[in-house]
Amino acid sequence: MIPLQLAALLMVALAGTTVVLVRDPLRMTILNAVYALTLTILFLVFQSPDVALSMLVVGGIAYPVVLLAAIARVRSGSEHE
Amino acid sequence: MSYLPYIVAVWLFLVGLYGIATSRNLIHLAVCLTVMQSSTYVLLLAIGYKHRGTAPIFYGVPVGSRAVDPVVQALTLTDIVVSVTVVGLILALALDVHRRAKTLDPDEIAALEG
Amino acid sequence: MSRRARITVFAFAAAGLAALLVASVVDLPAFGHYQGAYGNQLNREAVAERHTTNVVTAVVFDYRGFDTLGEEFILFASVVGVTLLLRRHKDSEDEESVLRKAPDDHTRSDAVHVGGLLVPPALFLLGLWLVAFGLVTPGGGFQGGVLLAGSLFVVFLAAGFRPYHHLTPTPWLDFAEGMGAAAYTLLGVGALLAGASFLHNFMGPGLRGTLESGGSLPLLNWATAVAVTAAMLLLFSEFLESYVVPSTRPLR
Repeated sequence: MIPLQLAALLMVALAGTTVVLVRDPLRMTILNAVYALTLTILFLVFQSPDVALSMLVVGGIAYPVVLLAAIARVRSGSEHE
Repeated sequence: MSYLPYIVAVWLFLVGLYGIATSRNLIHLAVCLTVMQSSTYVLLLAIGYKHRGTAPIFYGVPVGSRAVDPVVQALTLTDIVVSVTVVGLILALALDVHRRAKTLDPDEIAALEG
Repeated sequence: MSRRARITVFAFAAAGLAALLVASVVDLPAFGHYQGAYGNQLNREAVAERHTTNVVTAVVFDYRGFDTLGEEFILFASVVGVTLLLRRHKDSEDEESVLRKAPDDHTRSDAVHVGGLLVPPALFLLGLWLVAFGLVTPGGGFQGGVLLAGSLFVVFLAAGFRPYHHLTPTPWLDFAEGMGAAAYTLLGVGALLAGASFLHNFMGPGLRGTLESGGSLPLLNWATAVAVTAAMLLLFSEFLESYVVPSTRPLR
């Protein structure tokens, strides 16, 4: 296993652990995007460009939108009522 | 050292499971579920890898050269896109629960009956 | 039982699960020594059979096209579920009143306006390229579809909710999503009518390395791209509407 793959694996494990340990939803959304980026690098180093493209697009566009809209709805909802 | 990718996949699975079991916020729970899903992606891709292999894309690369397995990549890439909508469904359920019970804490929801 | 007792039971169960998982994982072939025969054979023969240089796309839409049909139906079902849970204006409001209640969120910064003019067309073109050339280089219907949805979402970021809502009217999105999933199924049925099995590749493979390769693969590719784009835009629209437009329906 080349050192680049070793570094990518350790970064993925570290990023995944921090995503779970942070409890505030807003901070967790940003960390989730960083975790998606580390996963993209890992998939690229494992010679899978299609999967890396997929994870990049999903983790950069779809997940943050859906999570931020849900968080904003929860916050505005608890202010109204 | 040759089993490290598999150990990382198992670690991610267990960390996600710990996050779900001890979560106090339904949105945090949905994101821990995505961590568990990504552990399966790492496991699948690690199984399909070959030493000094290249990507299974033969544009300009001669066909007989050493390439990694394409089937696990196909399974993983459709799964990544589809899991976004499944997490969207879970978040919509969480929003509905919040509208009725005014809280996102899984521990407090069972207590509000009737 | 109390939270502390629950977490103690979980700790014991997780320790047992960890031991089982690690014991099973060290029996796999070591990392880098892939031993499957199916993958090696596909790498050798897929380019000659289908004339597509991207073997992963050929596997997704041709060799394992039936699994992709299942995935598309999962996509369809979850988006229907989100719509049922979050869409409210069929019973108390309609489209125009949704737009009237949306707040006035114009941006006043010129840099954001210029960005909003330049970035969405570029991303849209990149998404179309990813879908069209997914048979030749990395890409495909799934990746390109999400990027196409993202390019329209940048319009929301740069200009506000009303231009985004004008650009993506909900009846069109409903129609496009159903059409994408139906087109995939009908292409599979079309192979049945041509006398072969369901989802068989019924057109001849074309020239290798160009857009006309792969037989009926590009058609399935575009059907998937349309379905995924519409599904993502529906998901974004439902979530955005639920927080941009304040709820008026009384709860009890």
